[in-house]
Amino acid sequence: MALYPPKDWHNEPVTPEERTWLTLAALFAIVFLSAFMGIWHLTGRQTTHGEAYRVDPQAYRQKVLEFTEQHRVGELNGIPVVAPPPGDIYLMAQAFSWYPVLKLEEGETYRLHVGSVDFPHGFSLYPHEWSLQLYPGYEWVYTFKPTEAGEYTLVCNDYCGLGHHTMLGRILVEKSRR
Amino acid sequence: MALPLERTCPATGLKLFGVAETLVRWNAVAAVVFLLLGFLWVIPTTLNRVLGPEVVPPNLYYQATFLHGWNMLIFWILFFEVALLYFAASAILKTPLALPQLAWGGFGLMLGGAVLINYLGMAQPLSFLPFTPYVPLKAPSLFYLAVLLFAVGAILAVLVFFLTLHRAWKTKAYGPSMPLAAFGALTAAILATSTLLSGAIAFIPAFLWSLGLLPSLDPLWWRHTYWGFGHGAQQVNLAAMVTAWYLLALFTVGGTTPSERLSRIAFLLYLLGINLGSAHHLLTEPTGALSSAWTWVNTGYLIHVAVLGSLIHAFSVPAAIERGLRIKGFSQGLFTWLLRAPWGNPGFSALFLSVLLFGLLGGVSGVTMGSYDMNLKWHNTLAVVGHFKGTVVVGTSLAFMGLTYYLLPLLFRRKVVLPRLAAWQPWLFGLGMALLSLAMMRLGVVYGLPRRFGDTFQFGGSPFGFAYPPEASTLLVAMGVGGALSLAGGLLFVLLVVGSLLWGKRLSDEEIRLTYAVRSEEGSVTPKGVYLLALLFLAFFLLYYLYNHYFLSQAWPIGVR
Repeated sequence: MALYPPKDWHNEPVTPEERTWLTLAALFAIVFLSAFMGIWHLTGRQTTHGEAYRVDPQAYRQKVLEFTEQHRVGELNGIPVVAPPPGDIYLMAQAFSWYPVLKLEEGETYRLHVGSVDFPHGFSLYPHEWSLQLYPGYEWVYTFKPTEAGEYTLVCNDYCGLGHHTMLGRILVEKSRR
Repeated sequence: MALPLERTCPATGLKLFGVAETLVRWNAVAAVVFLLLGFLWVIPTTLNRVLGPEVVPPNLYYQATFLHGWNMLIFWILFFEVALLYFAASAILKTPLALPQLAWGGFGLMLGGAVLINYLGMAQPLSFLPFTPYVPLKAPSLFYLAVLLFAVGAILAVLVFFLTLHRAWKTKAYGPSMPLAAFGALTAAILATSTLLSGAIAFIPAFLWSLGLLPSLDPLWWRHTYWGFGHGAQQVNLAAMVTAWYLLALFTVGGTTPSERLSRIAFLLYLLGINLGSAHHLLTEPTGALSSAWTWVNTGYLIHVAVLGSLIHAFSVPAAIERGLRIKGFSQGLFTWLLRAPWGNPGFSALFLSVLLFGLLGGVSGVTMGSYDMNLKWHNTLAVVGHFKGTVVVGTSLAFMGLTYYLLPLLFRRKVVLPRLAAWQPWLFGLGMALLSLAMMRLGVVYGLPRRFGDTFQFGGSPFGFAYPPEASTLLVAMGVGGALSLAGGLLFVLLVVGSLLWGKRLSDEEIRLTYAVRSEEGSVTPKGVYLLALLFLAFFLLYYLYNHYFLSQAWPIGVR
């Protein structure tokens, strides 16, 4: 009855095939995966390396409103459009909109501050670039570079309430003027 | 105290004790009932995705997602796992269950929690949250209470398992060493303990907060603690599934693992590293939110110890099948054994598809998305759903379905009805789900379609709407076809189980012995075929991992130092 192990299973030899497999599997899992992951995180151009700060949601909202007033150039569907110079830019997620519309320049480097002021939200950018998790009380700062001009859509991809599927925003990327 | 009634199964030689047997039955029946509910609630979500919100409005979609998630991921699987734990501790270890009253109490609490969640989800559909009820989103207090009831019930069940194990160990009822299946069940039970404790640590404060007794909870802390439960629960499934694989390899073709030692070491490696898989949910926050060292150690190094465990099983389980069949005499060439396998036996085809599809779809995608930076592409997209269709559904659920075909005659002494349809069931369910999973993964990684999204195309009339590329619609059709096939396969499974319980021919001892003879094939052979397949699998794994990173490299640079 082989539900029960053979008597001297402790001493049974491991077959050569299994030994080879064990070596290959260990090299793959412990050496390759770990090394590749580490090297990518240190040298890759798409990583989650960034800064995080605890913030009071109301203070964060205030900061975004001030930033918007300072760089406002127009309005799109009732949401202000801002055209900040490269450097620090701010974005706020709240049920069920993104504020403001960012107008950026291709090939420039920005420090994106992004935070939610109410519920968990998912930051995802279309055509599909990347996606991040947000929640209230925290501000993330990511360095990023838009590499292609066009109109991009922000979609909230974490459930934030019954209007979740209406939560869309815009990022406009213009051709480099340089 | 008189010992409970006991009998010896004529086919397996397992000892079945009255109380344990009844508990296994009740838990298995509850599992199938919740499975049926889970199937019914997936109909609106699939229709919403494929046909749009005119057919199924977003609110119904969110409600259905909530109920589908809880019934499938938690209730169906956990009730079945409790049945598996009792079966392992009692029948396989030949020991009567310790403290059966506690086991019944646990069953009652689990059932109460599960029924309450289903009731609340139907009675107050608009106040419900998805499977990930992150604070500060708030559900009604009764919801958190129901989760806690269920979790306490499950903790009691695990406790009964440990106590029975201790009793069996003291009396050495099972012989000199614990059988592999019980060892796997023990692994699952230890993982379940840490999972359920994480659940309690997250849900007790959430319950108090929903009652107004706590002013607020830190969302970062809550989300991280929640995932110790939400993802840990799926690691319990992994250990239970692999245990079911070893059992099925023996039951269907008499195959045993080529090396007891390696298979056990692989389970130990799970214990060391697997629950750290939860950490992949935390990788879309910048490194500043969690210390970089923490993330590195957990997701970069320790988790790969568990990946090694999985790779060992990935060789041992198919090798067990090959060994059984070769010793039966199908020993010519590399793959004659596979061609001559008992394909008409739903237990076997469920095992085969579960191993194959879990490896190719679920395992590989899980390791890839668990790598430090890949979540930038995967997080909260349909790809995540595609991944867990490839693990929990084609892997765990299919393996449990396969095992059910053996529990019916063993515990209920009933012959499975409609054998022809039963032979098709795993294929319908497995291949349909594989199509669904593949379509979801591509829609998610390549096009970024979000998960849990009630209106993927019109965005509820939002002025900022946009259109996904037209190629996405082909994939959505594939998703619909895959979903429909697997739903048919799933409902067929419920029909076969209920049909067998009600109308299945009652089997005599002699018939059980003849039809469901379980004996291991004695002898020794080299699993050459599996060796080759395993090498090919590793090559595929490597290419898939590298390709995903190449794909990531095409995105806008982010997080550059």
